[in-house]
Amino acid sequence: MGATKQLFFIGWWLLWSALQFSVMVYYGISVRQSWMDATVTSSMVVLFGYVMITMVKYFKPSAKNALAVLVSAVALTVLSGGLLYGTLKVLPSSVGYLQWLDRTLPIRFIFIWLMIVLAGINGWLFFFIKEHQQNELREKENENVMRQAELIGLRQQFQPHFIFNSLNSISALAGTNPNLARKMIEQLSDFLRGTVKKEINQLVPLKEEFNHLQLYLDIEKVRFEHRLIAEVRADEAALEMKLPSLLLQPVLENAIKFGLYDTVGEVVIRVEARAIQNNLILEIKNPYDPSSRSTMPGTGFGLNSIQRRLALLFYRNDLLSTQQNENTFTTSIKIPQR
Amino acid sequence: MKVVIIDDEPLARGIIKEYLSSFSQAQVLAECGDGFEGVKAMVQHQPDLIFLDIQMPKINGFEMLELIDNPPSVIFTTAFDEYAIKAFETHAIDYLLKPFSKERFDKAVNKWLVQKKIDAPPTLNEVVGSPESQNRVVVKKGQNIVVLPVQRIHYFEAFDDYVKIYTSEGFYLKKKTMSYFEKTLEATQFVRVHRSYLLNLQELTRIEPMEKDNHVAVLKNGSRIPLSQTGYSKLKSVLGI
Repeated sequence: MGATKQLFFIGWWLLWSALQFSVMVYYGISVRQSWMDATVTSSMVVLFGYVMITMVKYFKPSAKNALAVLVSAVALTVLSGGLLYGTLKVLPSSVGYLQWLDRTLPIRFIFIWLMIVLAGINGWLFFFIKEHQQNELREKENENVMRQAELIGLRQQFQPHFIFNSLNSISALAGTNPNLARKMIEQLSDFLRGTVKKEINQLVPLKEEFNHLQLYLDIEKVRFEHRLIAEVRADEAALEMKLPSLLLQPVLENAIKFGLYDTVGEVVIRVEARAIQNNLILEIKNPYDPSSRSTMPGTGFGLNSIQRRLALLFYRNDLLSTQQNENTFTTSIKIPQR
Repeated sequence: MKVVIIDDEPLARGIIKEYLSSFSQAQVLAECGDGFEGVKAMVQHQPDLIFLDIQMPKINGFEMLELIDNPPSVIFTTAFDEYAIKAFETHAIDYLLKPFSKERFDKAVNKWLVQKKIDAPPTLNEVVGSPESQNRVVVKKGQNIVVLPVQRIHYFEAFDDYVKIYTSEGFYLKKKTMSYFEKTLEATQFVRVHRSYLLNLQELTRIEPMEKDNHVAVLKNGSRIPLSQTGYSKLKSVLGI
């Protein structure tokens, strides 16, 4: 029994004892007699009320077997009433009181019955609400688990293309330029280590995310040689602002993919970060060729997963936007600072 | 044995060249960084064997092959592309998953050498279609290569061994079958309304009755396309009428 429940029963007992005591004294029964009768009656009511609540708790009656509840309430009433009567008879009392006891017996039974039914309803409501709350809690937990799983899933979907192509480059370098091959293995290892060690919900300073991004860009530069030029710029305040870990790499991957695959020559990818009011604003620009595109670069999986991730983390759908003018495709991301 | 290597990553081309050096008869005539260069090199060098990457700038490896009249034998090289693997399992000499070993590479080349001796190596006619082929069609107009987003296509018309692809700038020819496009393109957008016609629903303005039970589709630019009985009912069910 919880402390609140104990208090409830004590309060119940005190309230009805006091009430009954006052009524009996008012009708001229001696204080001692009234006191004895009231405490015994209330104790009986509380005791059997508790039994009733317990029964309701275990049988969880529905509207259908409400009758069963009433019947068991009657049974409990007879039992407690009988017990009460026996106890009061045995206790030392005056003849007048005993006569009065017999006369009030029907009223006592009705009173006890009402109290027990009340206790039953009370208990039923209590458990009903509790169960409801537990269900709600379980649902919330489920939702949370799903959300976490989805977040993990979203984050792991960096392109395996990148890994395998990098390994292929390393394989090529191993024959011709072992030193560079070794350097690239180190870079790839650092990059992969960065992707596995972070918590999914972790917010990291932009500084840190940029370091990770640089590893990625260095590897891509080895793969695409002179074709890829990356310009990363940020203002001082923005560097200290926080964003979900590993958010930018897929955006860059998307930008590089569309930039490189849409143009044959040199490709300049621009990343710009600014602190505006309490938001971190990130802009990633890549060249693209609108004439050969039926699907916009932003409709690919890369950006959808970012959008979903931001929605799950910040409960907002307006944090990622894209726009294209002439030959530039811009992806803008807003990260609210908490 | 004339070889051309097509891959957008210089290092990836490098390793193929390196591995090829043990085949004394192999002669690398060209290295190409994208599909456009690849098409040019095919015409210029008429290679016997090409090493071809799938994911490349502008057009992918499959689309490049579609533009060549007599494609040479192909060994695909790709990093990770389940879809591509499925597509070329049945069509290519072999495919190499990057990074690949010298042994695996030799096996692929030897496989080609054996097949070349026996018979003409298998050609790639009807590749199932790459992910890009749902969104665009690559066609040739004279010496130019045009990447055509499907939205710009009004309709397809069968034309002997070719398909005429109609756009607002006129039509392009492509050596494919109608059923290829019917299968590859989004069925809710392109409907086979006739044995010889595949129609872009976005271009449709109205359907008019003709003599007897026949109907004709009228497009936004005024073109009139005959509907077959089955084509008409198919069109009605897609439009929900």
